Parts: sequence; structure tokens; C-alpha cells
Amino acid sequence: MSGRQEGWGTRVGLVLAVAGNAVGLGNFLRFPAQAAQNGGGAFLIPYLVSFLLMGIPLLWVEWAIGRHGGGLGHHSAPGQLASLGRYRWLKYVGVFGLFTNLCVAAYYCYLESWTLAYVWHSLIGTFEHVDPARFFPEYLGVTADSIFALPLGAFFFFALTLALNTWILSRGLVKGVELAAKIGMPLLFVFAAVLAVRALTLSPGEPGVVQSPLEGLNFVWQPRLGGLTDPTIWMAAAGQIFFTLSVGMGSIHCYASYVKQKQDIALNAATAGWMNEFVEVILGGSLLIPIATAYIGLAAVQEATAGGSGFSLGFLTLPTLFHNWGAFAPVAGAMWFGLLFFAGITSSLAMGQPILAFLEDEYGLPRRRAALGFGLSVFALGFVCVWLYPAGAFDEFDFWTGTFGLVVFALLEVIIFAWIFGMDRGWAEITRGADIRVPTFYRFVIRWITPLFILVVFVGALFQPMGRGWGAAFSQLFAGEGWPFAPESVIGRIFHVGDAAHSWFDAAGLPTRGMVVDLTRLLLLGVFLAIAVLVWNAWRRKGARR
Amino acid sequence: MTLSAWLMLTATWAVVVFFTARFFAAVLRTPQRPQDDD
Repeated sequence: MSGRQEGWGTRVGLVLAVAGNAVGLGNFLRFPAQAAQNGGGAFLIPYLVSFLLMGIPLLWVEWAIGRHGGGLGHHSAPGQLASLGRYRWLKYVGVFGLFTNLCVAAYYCYLESWTLAYVWHSLIGTFEHVDPARFFPEYLGVTADSIFALPLGAFFFFALTLALNTWILSRGLVKGVELAAKIGMPLLFVFAAVLAVRALTLSPGEPGVVQSPLEGLNFVWQPRLGGLTDPTIWMAAAGQIFFTLSVGMGSIHCYASYVKQKQDIALNAATAGWMNEFVEVILGGSLLIPIATAYIGLAAVQEATAGGSGFSLGFLTLPTLFHNWGAFAPVAGAMWFGLLFFAGITSSLAMGQPILAFLEDEYGLPRRRAALGFGLSVFALGFVCVWLYPAGAFDEFDFWTGTFGLVVFALLEVIIFAWIFGMDRGWAEITRGADIRVPTFYRFVIRWITPLFILVVFVGALFQPMGRGWGAAFSQLFAGEGWPFAPESVIGRIFHVGDAAHSWFDAAGLPTRGMVVDLTRLLLLGVFLAIAVLVWNAWRRKGARR
Repeated sequence: MTLSAWLMLTATWAVVVFFTARFFAAVLRTPQRPQDDD
């Protein structure tokens, strides 16, 4: 362990950094589509219940694990998990806290770089004469007949984004991460507020407006209360809460580890969590769908968000729609993609910090070398996502690390915290120095309800049925027709459900998408094992020093 | 927008704004307590 005593400069800086970690592209692109497709306003009931019974408790648990480990000199998950009990395997659970950050950063920085590129192209007016729906695949180098892509423009912006992340991280916690949050988060709020006001004041008399944006808002908020008895909607709400808060990654643990032992974590965690909800529910819900509805009509918006994602609206449709705003169009485009960029970079910095902390704490690397190590590792893994994007490598990274890995880690950490560390010590850790009164019933919630909620999300991911209809799936099961695994469920992916012709080579002997998918999974497994070996070696060295 | 959509929006926004503002104000008001070793 290094003997340095790094810490946050200000409390507001810490809260903004943690809120920035949680606020991501999903707040603006995924939430409104999920809400609209899963009961409208009624979605907010299971959503807020999930926030109170799973989100907030998990935030408290992660902050508590982080501050406890930080007091013992551990700023990354392996050491922090190891300090919760006497079992040797605990540190290997912490491997998830490095693995997910490293691998999510690889594809997330690529996604983040798209937003930076779109800021540039909005400002220079590219979308005035190029259809974004045609621009996007060309930008990514996607062609109908190749599983490879080496798009120079996209590669340049990826390298630029990664260099920026690495440079900020190398500047340290206060001058790097905290300063970025203090600049990025207020700008994000301002950009989103300006666009939301403009969006909601569009009226059918204006050029290009075909429908009131309030019809779009109605689409998001109209409560369809019958959906409250549908388990699919509860699963969707719990999943949205889980992924929007960036829990189960190890980044909150890392940020909290720099909080001193007698300083508050309860209020800080609650503030960062509610701030994320403000951005998601109020700002995120007021932009994408109302603007798109105003210009392309509700029917087209419903079709575009049918899959529960607003990604195509955000990247393919909005750049064109902004042209109706005249001279303000380049600025509006830059603000939209700019706020997505700030949402992205405050998250990717949070993914880098635990990796740096591990290399500094356990291997004694100076910060700049640790930052370089992170940058080069992400570059190597990110290159796979760029090069093999058309064959699905990006999606594999996203699913196994950014979805499955998070749920597994969160489930394990909450069980370890409540049942191995113990609720008596855990509760004392959460409430020590607290600036708010933490309701006592959360002792029960953390011990029983939160693990159950995460287990439901986990089982939901494992057994997600075809068409996402759980009621119909159970009917089919009880009728003796088996469980209809969706191709995107964990089990469906492992067994290549829906891909009967799965093979590594096509008729001409050329590698197929199936080969890339399988090799990407092996690569991710290899990365996990390599990190586990690094953890094992770090503890072996410590043992030798004693 | 329908009345039920307005009601749902208003109620949810009120809850989110209330807790975000209340907690953030508390963060701004309360300086971090000093450590013994500070």
C-alpha cells in the first residue's frame, strides 16, 4: 500500500463527482423510452419503489464498504472486500470491481467519443447536408459485407476521448476528477434546461412542427395502471434503477474510500442518488421524446422506442430535427451531444479511478504511470470494440460487463456486507458521522429486501423470456412447452438461442459473427482471470513482505 | 396531455425536486466535520 493521503477538495465536488458517475447517456436515451414502453406514468411507481428499496440502500452499502476500506488504505474493490471478513476469497469478489470498470470503459469511451464527434459535426454543419441515418453507419465503418471496421474518423475521436480521460485522471483526484465534475455537471444542467424549455414551448404553428411536444410528454407520463400487476414492468423498473445509479461497478467504493472515517457518507450518498433522479426523471424525460414527437409525430416516436431504447432517436433523428431551429441549430446540436458527452466523461473518469487506485495501492505505481497503464489497457480493449463493432464485439462487452457483471457484483457485495461483515457493524459504518437520520427500517431492508431485489434482477437477466412477457412464459412452461428463453437473456446468449446456424466459418471459409462473439467472450474471461492473477500476486507480495 | 398524466408528472416531479433540493441544500450548509488528525 502506498502511504499517500489523497482526499477530496470539497464536499460539493465529491457529491458532483459521484452524481456525475451515475448520470450517463442512459438518463437521456434509455429512461424516457423505458418509461413510455412500460406503463407510462405508472412505471414511476415501481421505479421509485425500486429506488427506495434497492437503489438507496445499495448506495449506502457501497459508500460504507468504500470508506471502511479506505480507512485501511484500500481504494479499490479487492482490498475493500477483503477487509470485510477473514475469508481469502473475498478479495476475488473484488476482482469484479476492477474488471467491470476496465471493460466497460473500453466500449463506453468509444460511445462517449461518438458524442464528442457529433458535437463537432453539429458545429460545422455536417448534418445540414448529410442524413444522420446514413452518416452513422458510415462513421462507424459498418458495411453490409464485412465483420471488420477501421473507421479513421471514429478511431481519431476514440483516441482523443481516451487521451482526455487519461490526462484528467493523471492530474489527480482534486485537480482532475473533481474539477471535471465541477465543470461538467453544471454545464450538463444548463444545456439540458435550455433544451427542455425550448422543447416544451414548441407549438404546432412553428416551422416543421407536426404535433404538440406535450403529446410526447403525455406518452411518457400517461399512467396505464393495469401494468402495475405485470412482473415485466417491475423487472424493467428495477433494472432501470440498478443501471442508472452505476452501482455494482466498484467506482462508488473507490470515490467513497477518499472520505475520512468520521465524515458523513449517508447524506452524500442520498444527495448523489437523488441528483441522478433529478437529471433522469425531470431533464431526461423532457427532452428526447417531446422534441421528436413535435417534429416526426407520436406514431413514429412510438415505433422508434418500441425496443425500450431512445438511442436511434438521439443519434439518428435529433440532429436533423434541430435544423428547424434556424441559426440556433448548430448550438442546439452541440448542446445536446455536449450534455451527453459530459454525462459520459464524468462516468468514464469514475471507471478509471479504481484502476489507478489499485495500481497505486497494491503495486506502488506513481499516478501518471498508473493513468498511462489504464489508458493503454482501455485502448487495447477498446480497439476490439472499434474493429469488430459490425460483428457484435461492442454488444458483447456491453452485456457481459456492463449488465451481467454489475448485477453479479452487486448481489455478492450486499450479501457479504449484510451477512459476513454483519448488519451491526454495517449499520454502524453507514451511520457513523451521518448528517441525516437514516431510518432504522433500512437495517431490515439492506439485510433482506435489497438482496431480494437484486436477485430478481439477476434471475430476470438469466431467464428473460421471448418478447419479455413473463406471464405468457409461465403459461407456456406450465403447459409443458418449456421456457421460451429470449436470445438476449444470459442463458439465451450462452446457448446462442435463435442462432441455429451458429458456426465460426461461413461457406467460403471466412470467419463469421459467431466466431467474433465467442472469441470476445473468451477475451473477457481472460481479462477477468488476468486481473485475478494480479490480485493474487499483490497479496502474495504483501505476505512475503510480512 | 390528459389530467392523469399531468397528475403523475406533477406528483413525481414534486417528490424528486423536494428530496434533491433538501439533500443538496444540506450538503451546501454542512461543511465536512474535521478529522482528529486534521
